[in-house]
Amino acid sequence: MLAGSTLIVIIVAALIWRSFSSTPPTDKPLGRNIRIWIYGLGLVFPMSVLAALLIYALVVGERLLPHLDDEVVRVNAIAEQWRWQFTYTDRPEYVSEGVLHIPAGRPVDVAITTRDVIHSFWVPRLAGKLDAIPGHVNVLRIEASAPGLYHGQSAEFSGKGYTGHTFIVQAHSAADWARFLAGEPM
Amino acid sequence: MNALKRHRLLTRIWASDSGWKRCFTTVSHTDLGRMFLGMAFFYFAVGGVLAMLIRAQLASPDAAFMGPDIYNQVFTMHGTMMMFLFAIPAFEGLAVYLLPKMLGARDLAFPRLTAYGFWCYTFGGFMMLTSMLVGLAPDGGWFMYPPLTGPAASPGVNTDVWLLGVTFVEISAICAAVELCVSILKFRAPGMSLDKMPIFVWYALVTALMILTAFPPLILGSILLELERAIGLPFFDAALGGDSLLWQHLFWLFGHPEVYIIFLPAAGLISTIIPVMSRTSLLGHGWVVASVVALAFLSFGLWVHHMFATGIPHMGVAFFSAASTLVAVPTAVQVFAWIGTMWHGRPQLQMPMLYILGFFATFVIGGLTGVMLAIVPFDWQAHDTAFVTAHLHYVLFGGFVFPVLAGLYYYAPLVTGRRRFFRIGEYAFGLVFIGFHGTFFAMHWVGLLGQRRRIYTYDADTGWELINLISSIGGFVLAIGLAMVLLDLALNAIVAIRGKRNPWRSGTLEWSMMLPPSAYNFASLPRVTSREPLADIPDLPTRLARGEGYLAVPRDGRREMLTVSTTHAHPESLVVYPGNTALPILMAAVTGSFFLSLLFKIYWFTPFAVLAVAALAWRWVWGLGSQTDEEDQEIGFGETVPHAMQTDRSQGWWGSVFLMVADATLFGSLIFGYAFLWTIAPNWPPPQWLAFSVWEPLIGVAGAAVAIIAARQTPRPMQRRSGTTTGMPHLLPTWQSLLGLSALAAAFIGLLLRTPLPTEHAYGAVLCVISAFGLFHALLAILMLVFLVFRIRRGFISSRRRSEVEIVKLWINYAALIGVVCLVLILSPVLFT
Repeated sequence: MLAGSTLIVIIVAALIWRSFSSTPPTDKPLGRNIRIWIYGLGLVFPMSVLAALLIYALVVGERLLPHLDDEVVRVNAIAEQWRWQFTYTDRPEYVSEGVLHIPAGRPVDVAITTRDVIHSFWVPRLAGKLDAIPGHVNVLRIEASAPGLYHGQSAEFSGKGYTGHTFIVQAHSAADWARFLAGEPM
Repeated sequence: MNALKRHRLLTRIWASDSGWKRCFTTVSHTDLGRMFLGMAFFYFAVGGVLAMLIRAQLASPDAAFMGPDIYNQVFTMHGTMMMFLFAIPAFEGLAVYLLPKMLGARDLAFPRLTAYGFWCYTFGGFMMLTSMLVGLAPDGGWFMYPPLTGPAASPGVNTDVWLLGVTFVEISAICAAVELCVSILKFRAPGMSLDKMPIFVWYALVTALMILTAFPPLILGSILLELERAIGLPFFDAALGGDSLLWQHLFWLFGHPEVYIIFLPAAGLISTIIPVMSRTSLLGHGWVVASVVALAFLSFGLWVHHMFATGIPHMGVAFFSAASTLVAVPTAVQVFAWIGTMWHGRPQLQMPMLYILGFFATFVIGGLTGVMLAIVPFDWQAHDTAFVTAHLHYVLFGGFVFPVLAGLYYYAPLVTGRRRFFRIGEYAFGLVFIGFHGTFFAMHWVGLLGQRRRIYTYDADTGWELINLISSIGGFVLAIGLAMVLLDLALNAIVAIRGKRNPWRSGTLEWSMMLPPSAYNFASLPRVTSREPLADIPDLPTRLARGEGYLAVPRDGRREMLTVSTTHAHPESLVVYPGNTALPILMAAVTGSFFLSLLFKIYWFTPFAVLAVAALAWRWVWGLGSQTDEEDQEIGFGETVPHAMQTDRSQGWWGSVFLMVADATLFGSLIFGYAFLWTIAPNWPPPQWLAFSVWEPLIGVAGAAVAIIAARQTPRPMQRRSGTTTGMPHLLPTWQSLLGLSALAAAFIGLLLRTPLPTEHAYGAVLCVISAFGLFHALLAILMLVFLVFRIRRGFISSRRRSEVEIVKLWINYAALIGVVCLVLILSPVLFT
């Protein structure tokens, strides 16, 4: 996308540059001009580029969506001003605050909601962002390829404490995840 | 009569008051256009200072310059001021100033309305500015998402300042839009058919229509949120059947077209300036017009792309993603039409052209990052980061500020009649261009590194320090550059030598008048035969001054103008404008007292403010018209036209139609909100439904029918006993209409009184608003009918002087129709449950 954009910027710049330096043959037929500038560059060129880009985007977007999968781990993220709480379907009585535990290498569905205003769940290295909206539950599919710590933050302005409204995702190896579910201290 | 004598006579008729009274009583579009622009650039400067505060805060990590309390107010007010107090009013100012001159007219359709709009803008702006000075400015972001801005999370007055202040200011946008539509369609020089209109006028027409259809959702949203905050109607409270997503839909239903409302007038300036600077005409004129119209339509289908991260269903996201990328096509048509025009002609690198090159460089990059953001997977990452901040500044600064600066340099000789002498402008441009790209190019980068928008500080180990410092330095360079632009324009306006007429050798009408423009614009109205009249007839200015056009004879000290047929611009009627008056500023002050009573919660005063507005509106229209019939008038070229008050379709009728477009859009948004809450919001169904009763629909619908049928009978001339007609219309149908509308109003009062639990569930709250909407329109039409009775009694109406009757009829029909739809909306769901 970046390379394509740079190319378009350079082409447009070159066209404008040329319009100053070229000696204008004022007897040029206007009809041919309209064919080149309006039909060609104005209509056909953007339409073809955009169509290709859009199809690519839809395919990629489809892959990012949560699909049914037996391996999926389900967790809940509940936001409020200004902290995050996480609960786990596989360990019902447990609540963690500020840290979300997930297994590495397995898809995780995070059910996101809020107790007060709108927030947004965003772990840049794991997935895009999804909003936490009062009265609604949004499900985000994330997957950490390796065990470790990933920084997360709210990405929807929520008042005074917005800047510090962050959390951490801790991805565990399979063995550690089993210990976490069994309730052993981590 | 020679040219000088005509000039003196016309000046006496058209001049604004002299001395200190001038700015309070003027209704001249030339004065008001300048005042609009001056005020808009004042707020541009204030918004710029706020931007500098933001950049000072972010220049270094862990800065202690501002805490989050102040920072939140600063960035909220920066966005709000630039959008509502600079960009939109700057368009209004440009259009108000330029359009009559481009159209070959002497003023806009409703001169007093222009002034009223200006004063609403001024007072509303001061309301927000004052709140900032006392530290109570809005702090919820310029998008004001509830529940953050709801009564629980923001109990202070800050949010109310935004909701009421912006709504107050938007009155001026709606007034200007109605006025521009009527002026463009009806107040042109004879012969200027639609295809001969200058290209800027097309852009202005489309923009005005977009304002009429884009602002009402925001106005509705503001009303609903203020109702939630003031009296607890829970439209956005999910626990009580409301939904905060409704606000987002209403806000972006306005917010996205808003971007094009800002961009299109600027594009209109570019389409005007490039051909003149390239010594040719615009390549593909028809294609450009078509692409502007296409852009307007598409822009209403894009609002959801601001909500990709809210969990919208995938099919919806795909649809809006496609629509978002599609807007690039009409934009590309325009960009390549401009470049093609430059190829075809011989572009000259004057000051305006320099800014247009700045526009190209900036806007193309902004457009491309926009396409990136329309790609959903990318947006999920970049959303709400500094990348978006950078993108929107490339689009808005590149797409609006650069072209407007080009326009200022292009039109400065027209406004001041002087030519540039000091050459500060080129250096200023250099600083603006380098400063802008320094600030915002860096911001893309830090956004991709993960810096969120709206954070008031960041840690030292993030790796963002250097980029933010570069960005801040760029910001200050930009500010210095803009200050130099103002200095350049001001110095040249005051000191420089007189310039010659039409310095750029343009072919359009605004350059075929005295410089600086006289109070009356054109001594006689041109008869237009082509798109560039001045290019065809180079001595057109002299000929018009000699009186070789329409309305060359000043008559009875009246400000006269022609209206023309919409498509072909044949002369249709003669309009007599009202003179200088302080009524608009008074009306705006009283309107302001209404908003202040709500802001300070002095609710006992609110009804008095409404009554005062109604009384002044009465006074406003009472001053028009005449108590005797007038003969058709000679207008030149052997043609005669009737007076506007003696036609069915006066300018007031047209103004009403466009106002109804805005009003119907507001109503449509309300219906959308009702359906949205019903189907999407959590915690439905409500605990209690409205009980069905046959009385309200029966009385209401019967009343509406009586009102419409009776209205069709006026103006039937009154029969004297001797069998002759007096010309004065019969009063009976008016009384019948009044009775019908009263029945309709009574039905709504009945519904309001028995709506279940409006503060406990959004269902009841919505029913209340719909009933109140129907009631308001019925009462408005009743007020007009009472006015009409008095006008008939005082002899202002005759079977020839019927224009006011037609306007009132239109409003009766509209109120009755709205009333019936309201009844259906309230009662039909009850039947199904």
